[in-house]
Amino acid sequence: MTTAATSLRSRHLLGIAGLEPDEIQLVLDTALAMKEIGTRAIKKVPTLRGRTVVNLFFEPSTRTRLSFELAEKRLSADTLGVTTSGSSVSKGETLLDTARTLEAMAPDVIVMRHESSGAPHHLSRVCKASIVNAGDGMHEHPTQALLDAFTIHERKGRLAGLRVSIIGDLVHSRVLRSNALLLTRMGAIVTAAGPATLLPYGLDRLGVQVKTSIDEAVDGADVVMMLRVQNERMRGLFLPSVREYFTVFGLTPERLSRAAPDAIVMHPGPMNRGVEIDSAVADGPWSVILDQVANGVAVRMAVLYLLAGNEE
Amino acid sequence: MPVVMDADRVGRSIARIAHEILERNRGVGDLAFIGIRARGVPIAQRLAAHVKQIAGVEVPTGALDITLYRDDLTGHPVGPQPVVRRTEIPFSLDGRHILLVDDVLYTGRTIRAALDALIDFGRPSAIQLVVLVDRGHRELPIRADYVGKNVPTSRQESVQVRLQELDGRDEVTVDPVEGGER
Repeated sequence: MTTAATSLRSRHLLGIAGLEPDEIQLVLDTALAMKEIGTRAIKKVPTLRGRTVVNLFFEPSTRTRLSFELAEKRLSADTLGVTTSGSSVSKGETLLDTARTLEAMAPDVIVMRHESSGAPHHLSRVCKASIVNAGDGMHEHPTQALLDAFTIHERKGRLAGLRVSIIGDLVHSRVLRSNALLLTRMGAIVTAAGPATLLPYGLDRLGVQVKTSIDEAVDGADVVMMLRVQNERMRGLFLPSVREYFTVFGLTPERLSRAAPDAIVMHPGPMNRGVEIDSAVADGPWSVILDQVANGVAVRMAVLYLLAGNEE
Repeated sequence: MPVVMDADRVGRSIARIAHEILERNRGVGDLAFIGIRARGVPIAQRLAAHVKQIAGVEVPTGALDITLYRDDLTGHPVGPQPVVRRTEIPFSLDGRHILLVDDVLYTGRTIRAALDALIDFGRPSAIQLVVLVDRGHRELPIRADYVGKNVPTSRQESVQVRLQELDGRDEVTVDPVEGGER
């Protein structure tokens, strides 16, 4: 354990970029206590009683939205959900106006997903509420990286020194960015691999090794993290076909056999079976994909609790 | 830094309380110790060890973290937010006679939080309170059933309990610190 932080320094969680290693450790330690609550008969504690959390989702999301909602409810917060369809957002209201309207209802926390990178940062400058970034465009998805780290730590007992390979659609992936920042900060050795057309600029600046072959990336890895091929963001011609993608970059049991014998396989979901991951891998003994979902609730409870202590 | 209980006194108090618990509770079959983190936990474990020695019965022992049940989450603008630790109660509380254990009884707010937490785990048949030190100044209608030592204090003083398991030695001191203990 690093020099122990006992609170987060900011009242927002906008990205991993703003977190020091001791703050990351604090979230992971707190999540361990939160996970126990999920094993009780009464899965609820009164900690955030009377607090209001708004879940503001401008992009479709199932698991992240439900995971946040469950985390909020387990901490006894009152929750409101706003999605793009069926709200004033679909009538052309600007983000700022939506935010100001919500702000007038005095929420304590706004959990926000938006298709534009930096949208939560913008909101954090105009809102009194704590802002939690639940994914902004191609930028960051901090709670995903935190739950991934929690899951890795749960299985491996450490993060430092582990070889983690992140494979797939790198250019569109906020999961990659947040994970690369977090894992390198905690001392893991991160390799990223994907088709040359899906490699973002400046990947080396994140402190990761870049490969264009999945076999090289999987070789000796302790953790293999597959990323979803994001068809909805493919505005250009990035891939010839999904069949070809699977042939060249899909994770099959044969490919996985090059990894460390006790390697684990992760996926942030939703999976495209037969595109980036073979069903035999997704459902195999290496897979911790459902642990990631379960741990997501505990990690989000930890984040909400820690931010609540920082309110003004 | 006046020492109000030395190692010998701490040890004898815990042993005496174990005897009292056995005396007052015929049939130890449904007893369970729950220690409040941090220093209630080693005291609970010592009590369980004494009961085993005296009566030959293994009494289940758990650890309770009450942070998420506190009433002062944002009530302290200065000072750090308490770190949440794991609650570990690997047995059912339904129908059990719970002995809730803490180091110092002061305002009673920690115990209020602990009672709320315990009720979330099931329906005990009874809950009794064990404390090593009762320093007075209650703010809630709560009293201890077993007390190691009553220590009259002022609110400005700070009572420090040190235990072998966590601090390397057994000792209770009263320090004249402004603000006092939580």
